[in-house]
Amino acid sequence: MLANLVSWIDKRIPMTEAFNKHVGQYPAPVNFNFWYFFGSLAMLVLVNQILTGIWLTMNYTPSGAEAFASVEYIMRDVEYGWLLRYMHSTGASAFFVVVYLHMLRGMMYGSYQKPRELLWLFGMFIYLVLMAEGFMGYLLPWGNMSFWGAQVIISLFGAIPVIGDDLTLWIRGDYVISGATLNRFFALHVIALPLVLVILVFLHIVALHEVGSNNPEGIEIKKPKGSVAPEELSKFKYHKQYSEKYDIVDAVPFHPYYSVKDIMGVVGFLFFFCAVIFFAPEGGGYFLEKPNFEPANPLKTPEHIAPVWYFGPFYTILRVIPDKLTGAGLMFGAIVMLFLLPWFDRGHVKSIRYRSLAHKINLTQFCICFVVLGILGTKAASPLNNFLGMVTSVGYFGFFIALWFYSKNEKTKPLPERISH
Amino acid sequence: MSSAPENNGRRRFLTLATAVVGGVGTVGVAVPFIKSWNPSEKAKAAGAPVEHDVTKMVPGQLVRVKWRGKPVYVVRRTEEVLAELEKGHLEQLKDPDSNEDQQPKYAVNSHRSPNPEFLVALGVCTHLGCAPTYRAGDFDEVVEGVRNGFFCPCHGSKFDMAGRVFNNVPAPKNLQIPPHMFQADGTLLIGLDEGDA
Repeated sequence: MLANLVSWIDKRIPMTEAFNKHVGQYPAPVNFNFWYFFGSLAMLVLVNQILTGIWLTMNYTPSGAEAFASVEYIMRDVEYGWLLRYMHSTGASAFFVVVYLHMLRGMMYGSYQKPRELLWLFGMFIYLVLMAEGFMGYLLPWGNMSFWGAQVIISLFGAIPVIGDDLTLWIRGDYVISGATLNRFFALHVIALPLVLVILVFLHIVALHEVGSNNPEGIEIKKPKGSVAPEELSKFKYHKQYSEKYDIVDAVPFHPYYSVKDIMGVVGFLFFFCAVIFFAPEGGGYFLEKPNFEPANPLKTPEHIAPVWYFGPFYTILRVIPDKLTGAGLMFGAIVMLFLLPWFDRGHVKSIRYRSLAHKINLTQFCICFVVLGILGTKAASPLNNFLGMVTSVGYFGFFIALWFYSKNEKTKPLPERISH
Repeated sequence: MSSAPENNGRRRFLTLATAVVGGVGTVGVAVPFIKSWNPSEKAKAAGAPVEHDVTKMVPGQLVRVKWRGKPVYVVRRTEEVLAELEKGHLEQLKDPDSNEDQQPKYAVNSHRSPNPEFLVALGVCTHLGCAPTYRAGDFDEVVEGVRNGFFCPCHGSKFDMAGRVFNNVPAPKNLQIPPHMFQADGTLLIGLDEGDA
């Protein structure tokens, strides 16, 4: 009966074929460690954001006059409204946690290197859209930090010479941030950007499956056809798109091996996620900031403006530069550098396990600088903080510059032939 | 089936012409989508001038008046502040003589206002649009030797009591002075000046 149904569908759309190609017979390296949880976790959080987001729009009113009150209404009067909102707001922070760790994984194991440059670029565009989502979503509760955060970020575009002022006016749709701005941000946040995001995630996975997954050793599991002795081949059946072109070694099918492993990741993730939702939904003022519990007031800037934590590093770079245009330029430049990572790295050895000491030190200092920049972004500007911000900004950009220089003739360790040897 | 011979030149021309017409059409369709983001007529109409009675203000007081949705700071400057502006700290300022076009002509002077006693300036930092905090009497915590001024809490920009920006801060320009005038009965009119009246 079920077999008949499947065969009926398969004659009309390649369902089983697509499942096998991307899940059931997709060859994944045997040596994935916990760093490989974060891709599937990001998808889980995306589903969480879309689901809770749809439910929130059922009670949210996108207008300058009613937005703040409608969020309070969701929190107090709608059944389980508080839970849906906290799942969404905590989900936003969780999204950036898993995406930052996912990116660090890529940087450690060289997953951006040839032939995975486009895969990395799709990922970077996902990150960019996520930041836009986070920024626009933060305006919607129409709290005072929503208002002034948006004011600061939109004013950034005013730093562009000649067209800057007209551009900010066009983005706001008013001479100040107003209901007009709120409504368009709502439209972009709930329809336009999620659509783009889902398409980009699709492309990210298509690109991944075309080039194949990297692994902690940074060596390929697809060997030239006929180069491997038959008894050495992976014993599993893979989709012909992979097995006809290559000899596949040291691999397992994604399902059931990694689908089951990823469930373990989900369990661990949900443990922390639920702990935040139920015990610290405001994240100590880092996930939901205190000034946002009073309505937007265009006449009064909060005493201390801080972005949500995930924008911290870029915000610090912006404010340590005592010049508006240069500051804004370097802030966007910091993201452009990440986009160009595959071309800054001129090396051929992927995994940090086989790269030089210089690279290990460089990546470590980059991580430290990124975290310190993030912490500084949430603190008030003081001479000491500005100095630290300068130093870590140099460290951030220095990572890419140094990488470009030493990666050309890097002293690397010899790569093993196979993962299992 | 047409029996006409293939003409590649004509095909190329037709393909190109179709593409160009289609491209122009696409650009045309984009216009309403882009234009609809501009401020609406309603938003434009909300820019009318506002009045404020300054005769009741005490020296040193700051009042925020909303004009076009933005805060306008009106300060009645004290003798001490006027003396402070008089004697200078000019070397600490980016644009002490108001050379940048940030004020009407009648506000190009040492106090940046037609009436020395009153400062009327947009309370919008020229860096990223925050509202600077009025620090009366304790501004010397951030600028040595100057007791009154404005300090932006967002990124630490500093302005003196004429809205002039200090050196080495992120804000590039002096605070903007909106068009304003004093009427015969002492009320302040923001958004309109003698030139318009």
